[in-house]
Amino acid sequence: MLENIGNPFFKREETLKELMTGNEALAYGAYLSGVRVGAAYPGTPSTQIMEKFATFPGVHAEWAPNEKVALDAGIGAAFAGTRALVATKHVGLNVAADSLFYAVYTGLNAGLLIACADDPGMHSSQNEQDNRNYAKFAKVPMLEPSDSEEAKQFAATALEMSETFDTPVIVRFVTRTSHSSSVVDVDPAAVPPPVKEIKPYKRELGKFVMVPGYARRRHPVVEERIRKLREYADSTPLNRIEPGNDALGIVASGSVYQYAREVFPDATFLRLGMVYPLPEKLIREFAGRVKKVLVIEELDPFFEEQIRLLGIPVAGKDIFPIVGEFSPSLIRQAAIQAGILPAAVSGFPAAPALDIPIRPPILCAGCGHRGMFTVLKEAGVVVMGDIGCYTLGAASPLEALHFCGCMGASIGVAHGMDKGGIPDRLVAVIGDSTFFHSGIHPLINTLYNRGKTTTIIADNGTTSMTGHQHHPGTGYTLQKQPTVKVDLEGMVRGLGFGKVDVCDPNEMDDFRKILEDHLKSDEASVIIARRPCVLQSRERRTPPRIDPDLCTNCGTCLDIGCPPLVQEEDCVSINEAMCTGCGLCVQVCPAEAISQEAK
Amino acid sequence: MKKIDYLLAGVGGQGTILASRILASAGLELGYDVKTAEVHGMAQRGGSVESHVRWGEKVYSPLVEHGMADYLIGFEMVETARWLTYLNNNSVTFINRFRIPPLLVTLGKARYPSEKEIENLLQSRGGKVKWLSADDMAKDAGNPAMAGVVLLGALSNLVGGGQEIWLQVIKHLVPARFVEMNQKAFLAGRDAGRG
Repeated sequence: MLENIGNPFFKREETLKELMTGNEALAYGAYLSGVRVGAAYPGTPSTQIMEKFATFPGVHAEWAPNEKVALDAGIGAAFAGTRALVATKHVGLNVAADSLFYAVYTGLNAGLLIACADDPGMHSSQNEQDNRNYAKFAKVPMLEPSDSEEAKQFAATALEMSETFDTPVIVRFVTRTSHSSSVVDVDPAAVPPPVKEIKPYKRELGKFVMVPGYARRRHPVVEERIRKLREYADSTPLNRIEPGNDALGIVASGSVYQYAREVFPDATFLRLGMVYPLPEKLIREFAGRVKKVLVIEELDPFFEEQIRLLGIPVAGKDIFPIVGEFSPSLIRQAAIQAGILPAAVSGFPAAPALDIPIRPPILCAGCGHRGMFTVLKEAGVVVMGDIGCYTLGAASPLEALHFCGCMGASIGVAHGMDKGGIPDRLVAVIGDSTFFHSGIHPLINTLYNRGKTTTIIADNGTTSMTGHQHHPGTGYTLQKQPTVKVDLEGMVRGLGFGKVDVCDPNEMDDFRKILEDHLKSDEASVIIARRPCVLQSRERRTPPRIDPDLCTNCGTCLDIGCPPLVQEEDCVSINEAMCTGCGLCVQVCPAEAISQEAK
Repeated sequence: MKKIDYLLAGVGGQGTILASRILASAGLELGYDVKTAEVHGMAQRGGSVESHVRWGEKVYSPLVEHGMADYLIGFEMVETARWLTYLNNNSVTFINRFRIPPLLVTLGKARYPSEKEIENLLQSRGGKVKWLSADDMAKDAGNPAMAGVVLLGALSNLVGGGQEIWLQVIKHLVPARFVEMNQKAFLAGRDAGRG
């Protein structure tokens, strides 16, 4: 059975070539390998894995409210005997970690593939944790593809491994493998294997019930499994020596392997497709063959430390940074500095000095969050933020947020600050999708423990930052089927909140009145600030007009940070092509110089 | 088969991802190995975005190295200038004569450089700079959102492939009702780029 691992099982006659991102290729590979259940919560850079998987015929794919729920669903499907796919970004695995750890003990009944995408450089994340550490921590095997073709193949391999060794298998991505496109062999005639039950489901107390008595017996099983996987790592073609000039031997995996190939075209490589557990014999063989071993890995010294423990001297983090995203340029520069590569001969003439203004991401023109933050800033309250587009309310000129930590943290942290002695009323701002993700429990906590904070659910009716995915409050499933739409207001009232208001934050006077009322209250309260995401609603009104005779160029309207408003010499102007006509600037102008046709 | 490295730079929402996919697919049609790298998520909310596209006999890294870009395709003026370090003395830059002032500029806290300053900066490495009013041309073709396709049209004259290949790729990647419009925008760019 093991001989087949590493090769996709489907036929390759008349193959075609297609460009796919790593995310798409993984989903395609999982589908062709017979995965029929998929679950995820959207998170950059992993989002398109489940979006793509959902498009294949005969599969059930779902957005779960969060990653833990997604992983439990994937584990359940695998218990039932159906191959399953769970996708998450790196920090999502923190949320799902509890489930990951029990699934390693119980094992499964059919293959379970967890696709997990790290974000070195933090293109769209709050940290750059290296999730290879989870493999070691949870004692679960991990593969890492270096391009899209491998992503497709590794999906098949991971599912085979999962069933052979009775364990979940993680396929690790980084932004540059998730969101890079490369050529994938596509066989239009390839179809998934016919549905068959691998093993019928049966009650097995000692395997599936992790009470201490049974769990104690499962732990040795986990250790024995890792020992066998270590042997497997030495035999699988996923790990291989690529011979070159043995003066320099490079250990690398994933996208970093591709960068290093480019910078060191002549070196001998130990290419790791399986990043945990490591192939100890192969590493020793490699180290015996080359003069110098250089480990090139993004983020933590994960390989380096394990290879050092084998007693093999290596260079690694003494040359390459532990922080940030790698690139061929960065690797080349670091290698030159360390004297491994000769310095570049030709330089470029100095460029003329020119300040290029930075362009950080901003709330879109017409975004409903803008009115909310303008009023919050005006109120001068302490506002705990959360993860989503509205995190941009921390930036200038809105500057309304004091905090952003992780999904769902806003409400609990506001409650703790309240109990910790901040005398003013505390406010938590959380988006609708994030609220369903992990805001419900802290909201219950605030109520239960007699907190006095105000929670604003910024409800734009979608998961906007990741590209407008459905969630339990939208009324549609991932596969676009109509479903129950969870009623936020009814739910919050049902929990026991007495003070609950719903309003459109773009109507600033209404929102201000409600906020002031809530800030004066002595009970925990909820405001649902509801305005559909402007990118989805596509609602447009005629842009307002600025009367240059009335405009005093005071800059008040610029403080809402709306991109179409531009400071000119004598007055402010509106870029009509960008303006959605939301009318927020009309409401803030103290000179009444901005007017708009009535709705 | 000589490698060709492209960098596409713009502002989130300007369509750099679609343009990079058209360019990558054209490379595949022309027989190259192809890789791209894009960034999604937070940066797309009106922030600086860049896509890397690489054609070659065999491409390893999806990311272009500093000083190695053969073509820089700039969808917006300062976003083009931002990627100077990727250019060399043989690079060709296609720059859209179009400005989207960053928030700091609209707030009056930073200055938007002049066309002349940007031109001088981009030429300081010795490569060529070709200006296009791609937004206007795209508007004439039906929608200013197709500026990226206009830029690709101009670029297509220099990197090979008859126009049929490019038009076919556009047909494959653009929603059916926008195909004709995008092909028109592409051809307008291709005409303008011949000179």
